Amino acid sequence: MKRSVVTTPSRIVGISALLAVVFVVVCIVSLLTGTSGIGFTRVLSGIMSGWREGHLVLTPSEKTILFSIRLPRIIFAGIVGAALSTAGVVFQALLRNPLADPYILGVSGGSAVGAITGIIIGAGCVTFSVPALAFLGAVLTVVLVFVIGNRNGRLDSNTLLLAGVIVNAFFSAVIMFFISISSNADLHNITFWLMGDISLADGNKIMLMSLFLAIGAGVVYCYARPLNLIVAGEETAMQLGVNVKRTKIVLFFAGSLMTAVAVSFTGIIGFVGLVIPHMMRMMFGTDHRLLLPASFLFGASFLVIADTVARVIFPGMELPVGVITALCGAPYFIYLLRTRSV
Amino acid sequence: MSIIKIAGVDFRYKDVWALRDISFDVRRGEFLGIIGPNGSGKTTLIRIIDGILVPEKGDVSVNGNNIRGMRRRDLARLVAVVPQDSAMIFPFRALEVVMMGRSPHLGMLRFEGDRDFEITRRAMEMTDTISLADRSMDKLSGGERQRVLIARALAQEPEVVLLDEPTAFLDIKHQAAFFGLMKVLNGGKGLTVLAVTHDINLAAAYCERIMLLKNGRIHSLGVPGEVITEANIKEVYETDVLVDANPLNGLPRVTLVASKEKEICSL
Repeated sequence: MKRSVVTTPSRIVGISALLAVVFVVVCIVSLLTGTSGIGFTRVLSGIMSGWREGHLVLTPSEKTILFSIRLPRIIFAGIVGAALSTAGVVFQALLRNPLADPYILGVSGGSAVGAITGIIIGAGCVTFSVPALAFLGAVLTVVLVFVIGNRNGRLDSNTLLLAGVIVNAFFSAVIMFFISISSNADLHNITFWLMGDISLADGNKIMLMSLFLAIGAGVVYCYARPLNLIVAGEETAMQLGVNVKRTKIVLFFAGSLMTAVAVSFTGIIGFVGLVIPHMMRMMFGTDHRLLLPASFLFGASFLVIADTVARVIFPGMELPVGVITALCGAPYFIYLLRTRSV
Repeated sequence: MSIIKIAGVDFRYKDVWALRDISFDVRRGEFLGIIGPNGSGKTTLIRIIDGILVPEKGDVSVNGNNIRGMRRRDLARLVAVVPQDSAMIFPFRALEVVMMGRSPHLGMLRFEGDRDFEITRRAMEMTDTISLADRSMDKLSGGERQRVLIARALAQEPEVVLLDEPTAFLDIKHQAAFFGLMKVLNGGKGLTVLAVTHDINLAAAYCERIMLLKNGRIHSLGVPGEVITEANIKEVYETDVLVDANPLNGLPRVTLVASKEKEICSL
C-alpha cells in the first residue's frame, strides 16, 4: 500500500519549502520591477560596484523607492494574499461549498459600508479612521450573520449562506445609495476601495495585519484535520470524534477576522480567496494539513504578482489590484468549471 | 454481558414523537437487526446511540458509561457508524478516507504513525479495498465506496458498529457480500453490530436477534423466528405478506402478497 497517497509531515514541509522559495523569487522580481527604471541591471551594477567599495551603491532616491515604497507594498500584498486564501479554504470547507470565498458571509459588504461612510464624512484625513470604520462594519456584520446562522444552537451552513447573501444584498443597496449621493472626488476613492487597492502600505498596517494573520492562520491550522472530516460531512465528523459545533464557531470567527482585517485595509480584492484554494486543491489534494499552508504561501505569491502587474501595466498610472485579480481570476474559474466538476 | 444499555428513551422532533419508551440491552458480540416501516424511528435510534441526537428522557450507556456528556472523541473510540453513502464536495482518496478512522485516536496536531498505517492496512485488507487506496472516492462504484466506509469504521477500532441502511444502494451481490463481511467481523473479532435495514429477509438471515419498531415503540424483540411472523409483519407494515420457512436454513422468509386493487386504493 502506497504511503505517498497520504499527507505526511515531510511532504508538507517539502511542498511548503518549495512554495516559500517561489514566494521569495516573486518578491525579488517584483522589487526589481517598476516604472522608475530601477531594474535588474541597475541594482546588479549597484551591488557589483558595492563589492569593491564596501557598501551598496545606490542613490538615496533609489533606496527610498526600493525599500520604502516597493518593499512595504510587496510585504503587504503577500500578507493580504495569504490571509484571503487561507480564509477562502476555511469557508469552502466550513460551508461545504466550492463557490464560497472569504466575502460570502457578508464581511465585504459590511466593511464597504463602513469604509464608504468614512470616505464621505471626510474621515480620511484622520489616520486609520477609514480602515477602523471598515473594520467596525465588518465585525458588526460577522456578529449579525453569526446570530442569524446560530439560531438553533448550531451553525447551519445553508442558513449561514443565505444570511450572507441577504446581508450582502442589503449592503450593496446601501453602497449604491451612498455612491449616488457622493461627490466626484469621493467617488474615485470609493471606486478604488471597492476594487481593492494595496498601494497605501505602511509599517503599522503591516504589523497589525501580520498579527491578525498569525493568530488566524495559527488557529485555523490547529483545526486542519477536523476540517478534513467536516468536508466528509458534519455528521461523519461527529461520528469520527470531532466537536463539530465548537470547531465551526472557532473557524467561523478565525476566518471572518482574517478577512475583516484584510478587507478593511485594502478594500474588496476579489477572486484570490476563491481561486487559490481550488488551484491548490487540484495540485495537492483535499487534505487541509497541506492545503492550508500551500494556499497561504501561493496566495501570497499570487497577490504580489497581481499587484506588480497593477503598478506597471500602464506606465504613469496604477490600477486597483482587484481589477487584475478579477481579470485573471474569472476566466480561470470558468476554465475550472468547464474542465472539471469543481 | 451487555455492551449497550438503553433505558426509557423518549425523543421528539419539535412536536412529533419519534421514539417512545425505548428500553433494551445489546450483548457484547451480538448481531442485532432493527427493522420497521418508514418513519418508525429506526434511524433516529441509531443517531441516538451514536450521540448525534440527545434524547429528551432516558439514558444510553455504552460499555457502562452514560454517553450524555461523553466527549465525542471518547465515544468515537467505542462506536463507529457506516452510513448509507458518503457525499464529499471535495473528494478524498480511499486511503485518506480510511485513515480518517484513526482520527479519534490522534491528538490535535499529531500525524498518523506506523501503527495507524498498520491498522488502516489491515482494515483495508479485510474489506478488500487495498487496490482502491489511491483512487478518488468520487470515481468509485457504490459497492466499492461502501467497502471503503466499512474499512474506515474498522480503522476506528470500535467495539460497536452501527449500520444505517448500509445496503440501500447496493445490488444483491454486494448486499450479500456486505452482510457476509459484517458477519465475519462479528464472529471473528467479537464486534457488536446493530444494523438498520429495510430488507427483512437479509435481517433474518444474518441477525441473531431482531427488533421490530412501530411508530417509535418496540413492537417485538427476539430471535428471527419469533419476530418475523405473518401476524407481526401484517400488523406493523399494514401489508399482506406470506411468511414461510426458508428451505435452505429454516429461517423465516417474507414474501409480499401483491393485491392489485387494494394497494392502488390506499395510495
